[in-house]
Amino acid sequence: MLRLEKRPQPSKNWSYGAPLLAVVLTIILGMGLFAILGKDPVIAIKTIFWDPVFGQFAHFYRPEVVKKAAPLVLIAVGLSFGFRAGIWNIGAEGQYIIGAICGAGVALAVYPYDTRWVLFPLMIVAGALGGFLWAMIPALLRVFFKTNEILVSLMLVYVAEVLIKAFSIGLLRNPEGYGMPGSRNLRQYPAAANLDLISGTGFHWGALTAVFAVVVAYVMFTRHQFGFNVRLAGQSPRAAGFAGVNANKLIIVCLGLSGAMAGLAGLFEVAGPSGQILGSFPSYYGFTAIIVAFLGRLNPIGILLAGLLMALTYIGGQAAEAQLNLPSAAILTFQGMLLFCLLAVDVLTNYRFKIGKAEVR
Amino acid sequence: MKRRTLLATGAGAAMAAALGLPARAQDKTKVGFIYVGPINDGGWTQHHHHSAMEMVHHFGDAVDFVYQENVPEGPDAERAITQMALGGADIIFTTSFGFMDPTINVAANFPDVKFEHATGYKQADNVSVYSARFYEGRAIQGTLAGRITKSNKVGYIASVPIPEVIRGINSAYLHAKKVNPDVEFKVIWIFEWLNPAKEADAAKALIEQGCDVVLQHTDSTAPHQAAKEAGGVYTFGQAADMAEYGPMPRISSIIDNWSPYYIERVQAVIDGTWGSVNTWDGIGAGMVGIGEISDAVPAEAKAEAEAMRDAIAAGTYHPFTGPINKQDGSAWLAEGEIANDGDLAGMFFFVEGIEGDIPS
Repeated sequence: MLRLEKRPQPSKNWSYGAPLLAVVLTIILGMGLFAILGKDPVIAIKTIFWDPVFGQFAHFYRPEVVKKAAPLVLIAVGLSFGFRAGIWNIGAEGQYIIGAICGAGVALAVYPYDTRWVLFPLMIVAGALGGFLWAMIPALLRVFFKTNEILVSLMLVYVAEVLIKAFSIGLLRNPEGYGMPGSRNLRQYPAAANLDLISGTGFHWGALTAVFAVVVAYVMFTRHQFGFNVRLAGQSPRAAGFAGVNANKLIIVCLGLSGAMAGLAGLFEVAGPSGQILGSFPSYYGFTAIIVAFLGRLNPIGILLAGLLMALTYIGGQAAEAQLNLPSAAILTFQGMLLFCLLAVDVLTNYRFKIGKAEVR
Repeated sequence: MKRRTLLATGAGAAMAAALGLPARAQDKTKVGFIYVGPINDGGWTQHHHHSAMEMVHHFGDAVDFVYQENVPEGPDAERAITQMALGGADIIFTTSFGFMDPTINVAANFPDVKFEHATGYKQADNVSVYSARFYEGRAIQGTLAGRITKSNKVGYIASVPIPEVIRGINSAYLHAKKVNPDVEFKVIWIFEWLNPAKEADAAKALIEQGCDVVLQHTDSTAPHQAAKEAGGVYTFGQAADMAEYGPMPRISSIIDNWSPYYIERVQAVIDGTWGSVNTWDGIGAGMVGIGEISDAVPAEAKAEAEAMRDAIAAGTYHPFTGPINKQDGSAWLAEGEIANDGDLAGMFFFVEGIEGDIPS
């Protein structure tokens, strides 16, 4: 008889092996899904994972993967601090939207001011500040009124979505846009545009910031007292208390940090790939980043890899939709399976299979 | 016998799937469509897809048809369009206003591919724009609404405050007022194109306020359901005929019919005569269809509405013919003056008599 036995210690090997196994399982299950839909499963998987990186049109797809991964990695690294400390910011999507509104708002308020070295840094500050302040709402409510930050941060996503819709047809609407919703396109505003640092690579300021965040987070977690405090608070809040970690301060710092980073991601997106404040600007990066953070084991390097993988499933998935006429729901299912498999395989980190009857203790 | 046919069909499908699609002949014209919603949304996207399928049916083997649904407006759209161009499409239709900038951007990179963008205003050498004069249909709805209402209150479920929607409200109001000077309009904005729950709520709110006619610029049938439950309320199909709700509450409809345009434009690509154009067609060209007016409408009113439909189609009557004042009382069109297309395209004001503001 097969049964699960709890490991005395979480397996180190499995904690790294689980995401890889999950990816392999997802691919196998996905092939089954595509086969049932009447598509050649090998071609479908090749279209999703191989073609964007090495295929005929890779020169077009590679920069797209970078552009898609940048906000995911940036947000996920921010979230990893809180998640390690047991502080659950589920509303990064809202902070991402507010960051975009604030950052773009600065540029649109002074349009057509054209000194880039003044304007662009100001936008970055405004974007980060917007996300930070939006995250402060659940943080302060938690500290002072013991409200649940999961619920409050999540609910604020919907508030942010309504706000960006209102701004797109109100205050920030393009006065030269024939009455259509949407702001001016920041990509066509040279002083404010977040363009590729090296043309044609997709590597824009947001991608640079994401890489920088990965390095800083890595150093913090491995070398710095703050990283230790965060881990301690997550593993044993009581021990952290005895070690002099101020729980309230930690909540504010973790939520604030993840909010600011989500806000930055929003700003880089609205000034770059997206270009416009528009009702359809929210693209669930804030939610997808949660998957990325866990797929990456809350480890900055892991998050970088997970972000690239997730971006690849988006880009390749969209290519498969177009080239193989797969329904868009099939790709969403495929991405959902990835998280499902990870959670399922994760059991192996904390448990192991045993054959035979349970021992009597 | 039937069972055998079924089995044979199944085997054929399985074989086709196993063998994969037959290799494409080089001389086929590849036609691509980018949709903002799912192809079964019951409204906007479904009608583009339906018209596209009619186009495919018309050309048969001469065209290769590809489409992508649920493409979000923004950077994803740019990638989806590029992908289609890289995939060898000869002509690509992008069927939502939000695809305007992405279409223009991609078109600049693919000068040999033809692009057709619905409802936008930016053209290029290889980008045409097309749209329909739905306000012509609104004039007919307004006439019917004015004639049929007993409470003199007409409800209007408005979607997103853009000129297209405002034009529709103005056109409907002017024509309701013309046949019934006591009529008043109540407008509810839901800020979405398709949201059955919100549409139903809006319809119920309007009905509670005493409206016995509900017009909608949203895509679902939820308002019809609400009207049916309330009883004695009249509605109009939007984008689709929605005939399943006739003869009551649905008494007529505006039907989007893009197929004549799609056939014409793809033919132009096949013939090598394609050029960048700006098309804005209405009832006359068949792009705007008026659904059968049901028997719930008195014969006189029906005849009046049909006469207006024919006059608009023949070009002898324009729904925006002066004198028309703006909401603030200032003059817009003088006696007998006809609105020019530029004014109509950018219309962002209510006409005199409509209460309330355009949200901004």
